[in-house]
Amino acid sequence: MINTHKIIITPEKSVLSFWLELWGYRDLFYFLAWRDFKVRYKQTVLGVVWAVIRPLLTMLILSVIFGHLAKLPSEGGAPYQIMVFSAMLPWYFFASTMQDSSQSLVTNANMITKVYFPRLIIPISTLFVTTVDFLISLVIFFLMMAWLNFVPTLKIAWLPLFFLQAALSSIGMGLWLAALTVSYRDFRHVVPFLLQIGLYVSPVAFSSGIIPEQWRQLYALNPLVGVIDGFRWCLLDETVRLEWYNFDISLASGLLLLISGLWFFQRVERRFADII
Amino acid sequence: MPIVIRAENIGKLYRINHETQGRGFHYKTLREAIVDTGKAIGRGLRMGKQEEIDRSEEDFWALQDISFEIQQGDRVGIIGRNGAGKSTLLKILSRIVPPTTGKVTIEGRVASLLEVGTGFHPELTGRENIFLNGAILGMRKQEIKRKFDEIVAFAEVEKFLDTPVKHYSSGMYVRLAFAVAAHLEPDILFVDEVLAVGDAQFQKKCLGKMEDVSKEGRTILFVSHNMQAIRQLCTRTFVLDKAKIAYSGNCSKAISHYFGADIKLDLMHISAYKHKRAYLKYIEFLDELGKTKQIFLQSDKIQVRIVFVIQEAVKEFSIAMAILHGDGLAVFSEALCDQVKPTSIQEGEYSISFFLNLSYLKLEPYFLAVHLTDMMLGESLDYNNSIPLPEIKNPSADTFIESRRWGVVRLPVKWSEIEAC
Repeated sequence: MINTHKIIITPEKSVLSFWLELWGYRDLFYFLAWRDFKVRYKQTVLGVVWAVIRPLLTMLILSVIFGHLAKLPSEGGAPYQIMVFSAMLPWYFFASTMQDSSQSLVTNANMITKVYFPRLIIPISTLFVTTVDFLISLVIFFLMMAWLNFVPTLKIAWLPLFFLQAALSSIGMGLWLAALTVSYRDFRHVVPFLLQIGLYVSPVAFSSGIIPEQWRQLYALNPLVGVIDGFRWCLLDETVRLEWYNFDISLASGLLLLISGLWFFQRVERRFADII
Repeated sequence: MPIVIRAENIGKLYRINHETQGRGFHYKTLREAIVDTGKAIGRGLRMGKQEEIDRSEEDFWALQDISFEIQQGDRVGIIGRNGAGKSTLLKILSRIVPPTTGKVTIEGRVASLLEVGTGFHPELTGRENIFLNGAILGMRKQEIKRKFDEIVAFAEVEKFLDTPVKHYSSGMYVRLAFAVAAHLEPDILFVDEVLAVGDAQFQKKCLGKMEDVSKEGRTILFVSHNMQAIRQLCTRTFVLDKAKIAYSGNCSKAISHYFGADIKLDLMHISAYKHKRAYLKYIEFLDELGKTKQIFLQSDKIQVRIVFVIQEAVKEFSIAMAILHGDGLAVFSEALCDQVKPTSIQEGEYSISFFLNLSYLKLEPYFLAVHLTDMMLGESLDYNNSIPLPEIKNPSADTFIESRRWGVVRLPVKWSEIEAC
């Protein structure tokens, strides 16, 4: 293990600059991410195809049920399928990051009890695989746009920023759940449940415009509302508006999730090896 | 030489929860947490009633009042029975678990090797696992690249570099794993009983590598049951007994302190023996008159009396023993079921003895291993592989000849007279 010279171990804390140490272990980030990536595609028959099938099928089902049967309105001039898919992109990214990172400590329990390294590396390194999946779905999305003759605007340049917002809030959520899963295995069952609810309380199958005006600020407390609205704003046509005030609420709640997640994780990480 | 590790009053407390069946001090479920909080609030409401303290929890000190100083270049051995706190000490020093009390100051780059092959992934190839494992142990990518050929050569796996390690033989797996770890270049190295794996030849190679490492002026803390390795490698040795340092100093003295420690050996292992279906309680070494003794003569017969507790009836019960030489080599083993059919046994406390002719043993440290087994399920109910046998003496033996005698045991050999042919 790499350490810059002096280490003091006490019951409360090992005194060493946290961020400096994380930096010293940057290669481990890379190798863990790369391991997850390799293993994922080595063991599955369909490999990359999974990353394509999942959002595509969900998009089809949601379009048929909500778009055709329930006849929910689309947003702006975009076809319903595109509106759904533009939300499916951040949703799946958020969901799988949250799921993978929340399980990551328990799956790597062996490493945690035998070697010291900043524990934060484990949940954060799960971002790599989910980002690759996201990029694959993004390519599908563009292909579908081309097929439906839908041309996005220049606002698409903002996409990386909204993606970053999704990444930060999903990791915030993941850190909370990962740390809690170590102490309380019940959270293993909580995560799929949260995701199931999340799909319906986030504006994936519908536009957040159908939420009554007076509830929108409250609704924006869900960090995904801002992320999905942002994705739609930059991917769909000119007529789509972004309510910046509500967006800021979502952004703030996402960042709060991240900061509190980091705080909580750091507070309990030293105990992991004792209880995992 | 400057002091590189200073430990002051380290202690580690574990809370064993007896309600959580078979889990010891592991994780809780949310329900348990809520119930516990409820109980705590309940206690708070009835203030002053101290006797209400939940009986299902038991405090257990895995380490207590551990203080020591280690200078740069010291090679310190740590010996002690299972559960004496050796591994806990290394885990605290490696920052894997926090101490409950005390303070440790370490100066220098630290690496710890508590297990061989941590983080190896069966689906990845040998080459990929070298990089992954190296990074987990704290090496930078450049460093691994630089040492890659050396690691591969040491592990002798050149031909299988691009084969997933799940297809490796266990020997190859261990060699590769040790090779990565052996090429770390820390200032301070913590090693836990990793030499207990692999074949004898490879063990020798590993030990040689550790010696090389120590010659470069690095500091090593080495936990082992291999007395030979301790003698060969270490400059000082700690004996840990019941969570405390029982002896610290010269290796040979530490080893004899360890082997001569107790007449009656308490075997109740820390890890929540109360959840086991059966457990070993203690062992006594008796002479032919049935008296406990600390030192035996080579001409004596020894009676080893094992006391164990059955907590849940076992249908096909058996007990097995083995004698291990001080350097870890198993010499022979024998089971009760070799001689009588496995019998059913009810709850209760039992004892069983076996008799051993000490003239078959050399004047060297040996360990005894005892296993309680359920023959029907084929599983071990409780075991201990590191019970030191009492010291064996022979006042009339020539120590020089004894020290040069080959082998790990002595067997009766009948010589004839020398005859002219």
